[in-house]
Amino acid sequence: MSILSGKKIICIGDRDGVPAPSIEECAKAAGAEVVFSATECFV
Amino acid sequence: MDMENQKRVKDFSEKYGPKNLVVILGAAEAETAGLAAETVTAGDPTYAGPLSGVSLGLKVYHICEDAIKNEIPSELYEDQVGMMEMVLNVNDIAAEMENIRLKFRK
Repeated sequence: MSILSGKKIICIGDRDGVPAPSIEECAKAAGAEVVFSATECFV
Repeated sequence: MDMENQKRVKDFSEKYGPKNLVVILGAAEAETAGLAAETVTAGDPTYAGPLSGVSLGLKVYHICEDAIKNEIPSELYEDQVGMMEMVLNVNDIAAEMENIRLKFRK
Protein backbone atom coordinates (compact mmCIF):
# COMPACT_ATOMS: atom_id res chain seq x y z
CA MET A 1 0.00 0.00 0.00
CA SER A 2 1.34 3.44 -0.92
CA ILE A 3 2.46 5.74 1.87
CA LEU A 4 2.25 8.92 -0.18
CA SER A 5 -0.24 8.51 -3.03
CA GLY A 6 -3.51 10.27 -2.32
CA LYS A 7 -2.29 11.64 0.97
CA LYS A 8 -1.82 15.21 2.18
CA ILE A 9 1.82 15.92 2.96
CA ILE A 10 3.59 18.28 5.33
CA CYS A 11 7.23 18.82 4.25
CA ILE A 12 9.65 19.91 6.96
CA GLY A 13 13.01 20.41 5.29
CA ASP A 14 16.39 21.27 6.76
CA ARG A 15 18.78 23.89 5.44
CA ASP A 16 21.67 21.55 6.22
CA GLY A 17 19.84 18.45 5.03
CA VAL A 18 17.17 18.07 2.34
CA PRO A 19 15.30 21.36 1.78
CA ALA A 20 11.52 21.49 1.65
CA PRO A 21 11.18 22.31 -2.08
CA SER A 22 13.04 19.09 -2.95
CA ILE A 23 10.83 17.04 -0.64
CA GLU A 24 7.80 18.76 -2.13
CA GLU A 25 8.76 17.84 -5.72
CA CYS A 26 9.28 14.23 -4.69
CA ALA A 27 5.97 14.05 -2.84
CA LYS A 28 4.06 15.50 -5.79
CA ALA A 29 5.67 13.03 -8.17
CA ALA A 30 4.52 10.23 -5.89
CA GLY A 31 0.90 11.38 -6.23
CA ALA A 32 0.58 13.29 -2.97
CA GLU A 33 -0.87 16.72 -2.30
CA VAL A 34 1.49 19.01 -0.41
CA VAL A 35 -0.45 21.19 2.05
CA PHE A 36 2.51 22.77 3.83
CA SER A 37 6.20 23.07 3.13
CA ALA A 38 8.92 24.80 5.16
CA THR A 39 12.70 24.60 5.49
CA GLU A 40 14.04 24.93 9.01
CA CYS A 41 17.51 26.00 9.92
CA PHE A 42 19.27 25.47 13.22
CA VAL A 43 21.67 28.13 14.39
CA MET B 1 10.75 21.79 15.53
CA ASP B 2 10.06 25.48 15.04
CA MET B 3 7.15 26.79 17.18
CA GLU B 4 5.31 28.21 14.19
CA ASN B 5 5.64 24.93 12.28
CA GLN B 6 4.39 22.98 15.29
CA LYS B 7 1.27 25.14 15.31
CA ARG B 8 0.76 24.61 11.59
CA VAL B 9 1.15 20.84 11.93
CA LYS B 10 -1.40 20.88 14.74
CA ASP B 11 -3.83 23.00 12.69
CA PHE B 12 -3.51 20.78 9.62
CA SER B 13 -4.01 17.65 11.70
CA GLU B 14 -7.28 19.14 13.01
CA LYS B 15 -8.32 20.26 9.51
CA TYR B 16 -7.58 17.08 7.54
CA GLY B 17 -7.49 14.41 10.24
CA PRO B 18 -4.35 12.50 11.25
CA LYS B 19 -5.17 9.49 9.04
CA ASN B 20 -4.92 11.60 5.88
CA LEU B 21 -1.67 13.36 6.71
CA VAL B 22 1.94 12.27 6.33
CA VAL B 23 4.92 14.32 7.52
CA ILE B 24 8.12 14.03 5.48
CA LEU B 25 11.34 15.27 7.05
CA GLY B 26 14.61 16.34 5.50
CA ALA B 27 16.63 16.55 8.72
CA ALA B 28 20.41 16.44 8.41
CA GLU B 29 21.02 14.14 11.39
CA ALA B 30 19.36 11.23 13.15
CA GLU B 31 18.91 13.13 16.41
CA THR B 32 17.20 16.06 14.71
CA ALA B 33 15.00 13.72 12.70
CA GLY B 34 14.09 11.81 15.84
CA LEU B 35 13.10 14.95 17.74
CA ALA B 36 10.89 16.17 14.90
CA ALA B 37 9.36 12.71 14.45
CA GLU B 38 8.58 12.45 18.15
CA THR B 39 7.08 15.95 18.11
CA VAL B 40 4.48 15.05 15.45
CA THR B 41 3.69 11.64 16.98
CA ALA B 42 3.85 11.81 20.76
CA GLY B 43 4.30 15.54 21.36
CA ASP B 44 7.14 18.04 21.71
CA PRO B 45 9.67 16.27 23.97
CA THR B 46 11.24 19.63 24.91
CA TYR B 47 7.89 20.93 26.17
CA ALA B 48 8.56 24.24 24.47
CA GLY B 49 5.99 24.49 21.69
CA PRO B 50 2.29 24.13 20.86
CA LEU B 51 2.70 20.36 20.55
CA SER B 52 3.86 19.98 24.16
CA GLY B 53 1.84 17.13 25.60
CA VAL B 54 -0.17 16.88 22.37
CA SER B 55 -0.10 13.43 20.82
CA LEU B 56 -1.09 13.78 17.16
CA GLY B 57 0.01 10.26 16.13
CA LEU B 58 0.87 11.38 12.60
CA LYS B 59 2.68 9.12 10.16
CA VAL B 60 6.20 10.49 9.75
CA TYR B 61 9.07 9.53 7.47
CA HIS B 62 12.39 10.91 6.34
CA ILE B 63 12.79 11.56 2.60
CA CYS B 64 15.87 9.26 2.51
CA GLU B 65 14.07 6.19 3.88
CA ASP B 66 13.69 3.35 1.37
CA ALA B 67 9.92 3.18 1.93
CA ILE B 68 9.61 6.76 0.63
CA LYS B 69 12.41 6.63 -1.94
CA ASN B 70 10.77 3.62 -3.61
CA GLU B 71 7.62 5.65 -4.34
CA ILE B 72 9.44 8.41 -6.18
CA PRO B 73 10.62 8.26 -9.82
CA SER B 74 14.34 7.48 -9.56
CA GLU B 75 15.52 10.23 -11.90
CA LEU B 76 13.61 12.90 -10.00
CA TYR B 77 14.81 11.54 -6.65
CA GLU B 78 18.39 11.61 -7.88
CA ASP B 79 18.01 15.23 -9.02
CA GLN B 80 16.32 16.47 -5.86
CA VAL B 81 17.83 14.34 -3.09
CA GLY B 82 20.74 12.43 -4.61
CA MET B 83 23.51 14.77 -3.54
CA MET B 84 22.35 15.08 0.08
CA GLU B 85 21.71 11.35 0.24
CA MET B 86 25.46 10.80 -0.25
CA VAL B 87 26.34 13.17 2.57
CA LEU B 88 23.77 12.20 5.20
CA ASN B 89 24.07 9.16 7.44
CA VAL B 90 20.99 7.52 5.96
CA ASN B 91 21.30 4.29 7.97
CA ASP B 92 21.34 6.15 11.29
CA ILE B 93 18.47 8.40 10.24
CA ALA B 94 16.35 5.46 9.03
CA ALA B 95 17.03 3.51 12.23
CA GLU B 96 16.03 6.46 14.39
CA MET B 97 12.85 7.05 12.39
CA GLU B 98 11.84 3.40 12.68
CA ASN B 99 12.62 3.48 16.39
CA ILE B 100 10.34 6.48 16.89
CA ARG B 101 7.51 4.95 14.83
CA LEU B 102 7.66 1.70 16.82
CA LYS B 103 7.97 3.48 20.16
CA PHE B 104 5.04 5.85 19.68
CA ARG B 105 2.80 3.77 17.43
CA LYS B 106 -0.87 4.23 18.36
